[in-house]
Amino acid sequence: MDGIGDQRSGIGDRGSGIGDWGFGIRWFVVVATLLVGASIAKAQQTPQRFGIGTPATREEIATLDIDVRPDGAGLPLGSGTAVEGAPIYAQKCAACHGANGEGGAADVLVAAEPRTSAPFGPAYESWRNGGKDVPFTIGNYWPYATTIFDYVRRAMPANAPGTLTTNETYSLTAWLLARNGIIDESAPMTAETLPKVVMPAHARFAPDDRKGGPTVK
Amino acid sequence: MRNSKGPGARGRFTRREILTGTVGAAAIALGAKDSEGQGTAGVDTIHKPGHGPTPIGTRSPAEQPKRLPSPISSRTPLQDLDGTITPSDLHYERHHAGVPAVDPGAYQLLVHGMVDRPLTFTLDDLRHFPQVSRICFLECSGNFTPSGEQTTAGALCGLTSQSEWTGVMLSTIFKEAGAHPQATWFLAEGQDAAVMTRSIPIKGAIGEAMIAYAQNGEPLRPEQGYPVRLLLPGWEGNANVKWLRRIELADQPFMTREETSKYTDPLADGTARQFSLVMDARSIITTPSYPHQIGQGWNEIRGIAWSGRGLIRRVDISTDSGQTWKTATLQQPVLPKAHARFRYLWQWDGKPTEVLSRAIDETGYAQPDWQTLQAVRGRRTRYHQNPVTGWKIGADGVVRFGIERVRS
Repeated sequence: MDGIGDQRSGIGDRGSGIGDWGFGIRWFVVVATLLVGASIAKAQQTPQRFGIGTPATREEIATLDIDVRPDGAGLPLGSGTAVEGAPIYAQKCAACHGANGEGGAADVLVAAEPRTSAPFGPAYESWRNGGKDVPFTIGNYWPYATTIFDYVRRAMPANAPGTLTTNETYSLTAWLLARNGIIDESAPMTAETLPKVVMPAHARFAPDDRKGGPTVK
Repeated sequence: MRNSKGPGARGRFTRREILTGTVGAAAIALGAKDSEGQGTAGVDTIHKPGHGPTPIGTRSPAEQPKRLPSPISSRTPLQDLDGTITPSDLHYERHHAGVPAVDPGAYQLLVHGMVDRPLTFTLDDLRHFPQVSRICFLECSGNFTPSGEQTTAGALCGLTSQSEWTGVMLSTIFKEAGAHPQATWFLAEGQDAAVMTRSIPIKGAIGEAMIAYAQNGEPLRPEQGYPVRLLLPGWEGNANVKWLRRIELADQPFMTREETSKYTDPLADGTARQFSLVMDARSIITTPSYPHQIGQGWNEIRGIAWSGRGLIRRVDISTDSGQTWKTATLQQPVLPKAHARFRYLWQWDGKPTEVLSRAIDETGYAQPDWQTLQAVRGRRTRYHQNPVTGWKIGADGVVRFGIERVRS
């Protein structure tokens, strides 16, 4: 918009500078100015749509749309338990995350003590009492169980991401939840059961409340 | 050119190579391999013409700045740079499953979800839309890694860099697809091996968000998301999803791994701050810094300051270990959500001291000290750390990182 204003005022200045040329020329200049002004304004208009891009087909969307939301939207048909997940974990995950999820080259996955507290905040500091820090894990920090399925399916195992079957992913999700003491070893994880799992850290998460200004948060 | 192997093979020029004018081609072949400044030392430049024009320019063989790589990132050598634009090959990189080799001819961006018209865009499609360019910083929210007195500015906080980015406004793409007014979030997804995803609040992002395809006048570097990335000026680097393949509009966040278990802030009160996307104001003195050595007399203190909330209003400098503060000069133009270069002339008396900088942005936010951050956030917060940092000057003029100031 600023650009249009600049160009219009530039033409206007030129017009006022030739005011002595007589009535006819003056009118010509006024009309010409209006026409030029109008065409500039038209050239600078932004259309509602450009007509660029190709309509995406249902199939194209389905191929790429692999995300899973906390309400379970996006979870595929399938099922798996921790018992079924144990051998898959041992084969595909343990090398980096440790035999029992205790961590190694990659993140710790299974929470140590304290079982009833997050690894931060006043309760934790008092429990810890100057002792060694507890790592952040699925059991003590992840707020949504659906995130495990979503992340494992898209990014794990790190050396062959995207190769796990749906049932393998459900089974590994179940194994991680069971090892963290959140579900029973035999509880099947499915599109119905997984979104209902309430994670221990769920209620701790709050949206950013920083707003700038002199207060440090 | 006569010497097809080039001197890079052994890293030295012979006098004959220098005098016969093969140094030009040789210097190109040498590239970044040389770290000893070979190729310019002792060269007689006025009795023999230099090398002719070449298709690609190169740095002087005497200048070999390098990033500081780790297994998951590579840091910009802030201590070696001037001005505010980071050379593209020194821009920091951070990724979660390596840098993918994306074929630009096969590239497509899918926009779907709460839209009237799900669309795919090729790279040519995106370039066809009205174009915008903007200079702004990027910063990884994990950009605070002090180690000891021998920490360089780049090692401490080199996960920030600045470029001029060019692309199309995200709002233009949303209009094209017919974004529903009820859509409040969108998912941005990369096509790297982590298929990295972040949920972005539309209201906060849409005014300035860009789909960027160029950096400093040329296509994006692979490490910065070639061929297309999301650009959210002032927001934490991770949310600026690279190798962007998909945008899905929705009425809620997707709660991906990176925005729940990572990049969140566990606070002293037992709550975890989520979607803390705006990078708070910060500054770093880059000259003098480790491993520089200064002499008595006039020294110019230089550095960069930036804020994810807008303009840097002021930078304060202390040359007496934080007892008193003076105002630095800001190099114009100061741009919003961009690195601003500051400088302060100082006469060093030869006594040991510590020099510090403190950024104040247009909202009145002042970069806090480490103790203040620890008090409000607790000691387990891992991201978004922006404490005032300083450089200790010894009696011998040797500059070391002020590690004590940021120790718990």
